[in-house]
Amino acid sequence: MDKSQYKNVFVFIEQREGVIQNVALELLGKARELADTLNEKVFAMLLGHNLTDQAQECVAYGADTVLRVDAPELESYTTEPYAQAIHQIVKTYNPSIVLIGATTIGRDLGPRLSARIETGLTADCTGLEISDERELMMTRPAFGGNLMATILCKEHRPQMSTVRPGVMRMGKPDANRQGTIEDVRVDFDKSKFRVRVVETVKEKKDMIDITEAHILVSGGRGVGNPEGFDMLRAMAKTIGAEVSASRAMVDAGVLAHDRQVGQTGKTVRPDVYFAMGISGAIQHLAGMEESEYIIAVNKDKYAPIFNVADLGIVGDVRKVVPILTEKLAAARQKK
Amino acid sequence: MKIVVCIKQVPDTTEIKLDPVTGTLIRDGVPSIMNPDDKGGLEFALRLKDQYGAHVTVITMGPPQAEAILREAFAMGVDRAILLSDRKFAGADTLATSNTIAGALRALEYDVIITGRQAIDGDTAQVGPQIAEHLDLPQVTYVEDLKYDGQKTFTVKRTTEEGYQIVEVDAPCVFTALASGVKPRYMSVRGIVEAYDKDIEVWGFNNITVDEKKIGLSGSPTRVFKSFTKGAKAAGQIYEVDPAEAADIIVNKLKEKFII
Repeated sequence: MDKSQYKNVFVFIEQREGVIQNVALELLGKARELADTLNEKVFAMLLGHNLTDQAQECVAYGADTVLRVDAPELESYTTEPYAQAIHQIVKTYNPSIVLIGATTIGRDLGPRLSARIETGLTADCTGLEISDERELMMTRPAFGGNLMATILCKEHRPQMSTVRPGVMRMGKPDANRQGTIEDVRVDFDKSKFRVRVVETVKEKKDMIDITEAHILVSGGRGVGNPEGFDMLRAMAKTIGAEVSASRAMVDAGVLAHDRQVGQTGKTVRPDVYFAMGISGAIQHLAGMEESEYIIAVNKDKYAPIFNVADLGIVGDVRKVVPILTEKLAAARQKK
Repeated sequence: MKIVVCIKQVPDTTEIKLDPVTGTLIRDGVPSIMNPDDKGGLEFALRLKDQYGAHVTVITMGPPQAEAILREAFAMGVDRAILLSDRKFAGADTLATSNTIAGALRALEYDVIITGRQAIDGDTAQVGPQIAEHLDLPQVTYVEDLKYDGQKTFTVKRTTEEGYQIVEVDAPCVFTALASGVKPRYMSVRGIVEAYDKDIEVWGFNNITVDEKKIGLSGSPTRVFKSFTKGAKAAGQIYEVDPAEAADIIVNKLKEKFII
């Protein structure tokens, strides 16, 4: 294939009910970086219906051109209409790179597209860089995070990858940035629309599997009792974290077994693991020491948890947590 | 109704450890299991068999020892098991894998194809939707529950970040199942005994319908360029300070790492 025919970095702009998802804005920032290295442009693929000022938002976050497809078929996500629209764009514009958020939508759409286009797709990348040969180097964890692999897609275009929310840094929007907005018309083949959405239900989900949580606030004996755990829940809520516990707390009936971290519970590898009042028995460490960043708070400065912690605070959990919760809430507000 | 369930044998990743000296994976003695999401998908199929007398075939691609999970599937109650094993299939990425499996499915009759959402050794969640595309079938991913009207229509509950969605789809179609949606049955004692007498069909390239250029290593657009272990952790910082200062240190660290 003639790779010189393929240019520019394209980002799928995931919106839900008209609200652009953070992961799309994060990807625009990353795309900007990649495009600058390649001396190419960033294209945002904005799909939806009755769109308003979302295109301007894409420009503010780094897009040079927004390809806007506004059609009733795209009002809310279903696989086929979205796949058809993006497929048409890819065939028309020949991007070199396509980035998609690894959400339930992106992970439904990405592989369908890669098979339709017949190109490679690398899932859940944690690192994206341009090589000296101008190839996209896609790095992702393998074997449950024990090993990292860098993957290339040399002979096919576009190079596609999905990236989990929160992995890339969101840039600061610049309201004065200039960009072009192009409206794209898609001729849908409606005979392929074979899945009918009956109902979409939003529910408060506090039952995310702890192995899938990005941030875990985990409590141990030092938290003491159910009231102590309510403190941890409040803290977790301010940062969108899940709560988990050491075996001691599960055996005491404070939390259910599916929330237990450790050898007889679950192995977790969140981006941040808060070990609150957990001394760090070897069985517990086995379940969490691979976490990306470990913050431990414990009264006993000789507690083994401090051997694996990236940041350790010697202090009383019951005093630190309420203050921390306030400060976290304040930090979120400012943003 | 004919159902084909695609399953995979995976190392129990929760059991994998790194050699602290060399930093390489220790795979010796790591047990192999049927991928959990696939097992959930198999349970959905077996429930349709219980209720509607569906015929259930399981298919897996892998080395000869992957036979173990096919025996397990027999013991759970499937009717037919196929092992896709050929040197030509080896070294495949997700696209080449999906081409191989789709090639086998073309040689089978099906109304419904079920895969797991993702395998715990790769976590890509790609092969199911890619199979659906190759076979020009509608897909419903992240399936937590499904009901069949006994005619041709499925009402499916699929999980999303915000809650769930109820969708309808007619057979033929592809579902990717979540392990969390369903509790797989245990193998019955009789099933286990009988599983060893059941015939596992081994299929190679000549049994399936696919372009040879689209499978195996040569049919894989993506290649692993290098793999490496994350560097050993540097010693952390420990602070003995009052609670307010401690909270500030934590908040600043989270900001620095773009967590908040």
